[in-house]
Amino acid sequence: MALMTSTRRLFHVSFRENSLRRAEALISATNTTSGNLSLAGQRMACIRVRDFGTNTQPLRADNKVTVHFTNRDGEKISVKGSPGDSLLDVIIDQDLDFDGFGACEGTLACSTCHLIFEEDVYNKLGPITDEEMDMLDLAYGLTDTSRLGCQICLTRSLEGMTARVPESVADIRQSGDGSS
Amino acid sequence: MGKLPRPESVDIYERLPVPFGLVRFGVAPDHPEVKNVINTFTQTAQHARCSFHGNVRVGKDVTVEELQEAYHAVVLSYGAEGNRTMGVPGEDLAGVYSAKDFVGWYNGLPRNSELRPDLSCETAVILGQGNVALDVARILLSPVDILKKTDITQHALDALAESSVRRVLIVGRRGPLQVACTIKELREMVNLPGTRPEMEASEFEGIAETLKSLARPRKRLTELLLKAAIETPGEEELERRNRAERAWGFRFLRKPLEVLPSTDLIRAAGIRLAVNRLEGDGEGVRAVATGEVEDVECGLVISSIGYKSLLIDPAVPFDARKAIIPNTMGRVQQTAGLYCSGWVKRGPTGVIATTMNDSFDTARTLLQDIGKGTLDVSTVKPGSQGVSALLEKRGVKPVSFSDWEKIDSEETRRGEIKGKPREKMLDVGEMLQVARA
Repeated sequence: MALMTSTRRLFHVSFRENSLRRAEALISATNTTSGNLSLAGQRMACIRVRDFGTNTQPLRADNKVTVHFTNRDGEKISVKGSPGDSLLDVIIDQDLDFDGFGACEGTLACSTCHLIFEEDVYNKLGPITDEEMDMLDLAYGLTDTSRLGCQICLTRSLEGMTARVPESVADIRQSGDGSS
Repeated sequence: MGKLPRPESVDIYERLPVPFGLVRFGVAPDHPEVKNVINTFTQTAQHARCSFHGNVRVGKDVTVEELQEAYHAVVLSYGAEGNRTMGVPGEDLAGVYSAKDFVGWYNGLPRNSELRPDLSCETAVILGQGNVALDVARILLSPVDILKKTDITQHALDALAESSVRRVLIVGRRGPLQVACTIKELREMVNLPGTRPEMEASEFEGIAETLKSLARPRKRLTELLLKAAIETPGEEELERRNRAERAWGFRFLRKPLEVLPSTDLIRAAGIRLAVNRLEGDGEGVRAVATGEVEDVECGLVISSIGYKSLLIDPAVPFDARKAIIPNTMGRVQQTAGLYCSGWVKRGPTGVIATTMNDSFDTARTLLQDIGKGTLDVSTVKPGSQGVSALLEKRGVKPVSFSDWEKIDSEETRRGEIKGKPREKMLDVGEMLQVARA
């Protein structure tokens, strides 16, 4: 909906600020004795500061990685992102208009950034934590090559990959996965 | 969705002066990241073609019929503010609460601000094993040092700091494979500082053998449950459990029969439970009474067995048995121009994402109806101007979204003083005062 696109642009500004704040929170959280369970959910897989790869040059236009998303209408959308961005970051930055995507803003408190990958790409993605799996388990249409986009960091090895945005429609029956 | 028609205006009517419903009043205080979706809702509310009208009681200040006269389409998404009752003797004794009211109390819902639950007993029994039941257990047992940094209401924090509750039993009618909670919430209980799990190994007989046949979500959940319930802990964990002063555990195959009164007959002193066994398998598993009965001593009983939608206006069709508005894909039956979404449409289960997607469905249905011409938008309708005139006549003053932002700022300011994200106002009168300042 056009409504969603224009609100996304406004949302994206506060999202970036939240990203940086969460990065700070993560760094300070690891320095305190953990008693605050909610901070575990704010763990970020990718820190958006700089390209931490072996290439220490500053970000340039040709430092980008091209990825493709197949949306819920079956259309293929190609975008560029920077290594170190999460796939959710890329989707937000590029104003890709997937309804309801990333509702919890990358804090592992929902499953709306659910993406499905091809098997060879899936095997190249970083390790999955228990916390990600806990939320992924609630995703509608879960597959063996599903991941949460907020936890996948873009790297050059993902150049040219395609991720599918699955249907998020709730079944008319109550979901059988135990989510209350 | 780019080809669908674009409404000229979308107006939101809400009974309280404050928006967001269960995201504000239902999500647990120690789950702040779940509330991030408020940012998305805020962006929507601030859109030029959207306006929020708080402090308006639909069904009392303005009827649904009057809304239908003013708008081309009306969407009912008022959720489920009632709760299923146990329907047992003693349910009205002091010390017995619905989870809805208990959660409303610690989350600052104005109508629950005077609940004053008695936390001077040692054992609390929660009926129900869904995420709400686990939220209640976790709030009862969390170290106050954790809670005091959240947006939990001050009066709840004070009461919990004085609480004598040391043991929480989370009781369900069926077995371990039927628990309705999800793994994130179970993991939080397992990792809750200062607590240890205490469960009966006998209640898990035969469960480990079923693991390999389970789908991944249920399998992981059951594995974690077994680990907490019956696995011998390592040295470090054993030490941690020995130091823990509080305990929690699931009890299965138990159904409430009666809340037992104290000798002065005023408050709950225990609960009588029927012992069940399971019949059938897979989706068709049923709990059947064995005839055996068990009494558990406790001073706090919280029933978390489901929310329930209520009738908002006699003109709206309502299925009293299912407690939902009868509808087909969000179109209210027999009533053109009336739609519904969320819990009042599908029943009161599902996380935010589930309900949000359901709302997208209703929106799509509505827009498609306009596009197809089945919803007539050719006549000019007065919209909010028509409703405002009625409200003014009736002495009702709506709260706008920017009025809410004043309440929001004040709550945030009050919270900052105490190191909390916000200190919620508990009184509607006070909210209105700040809104109009």
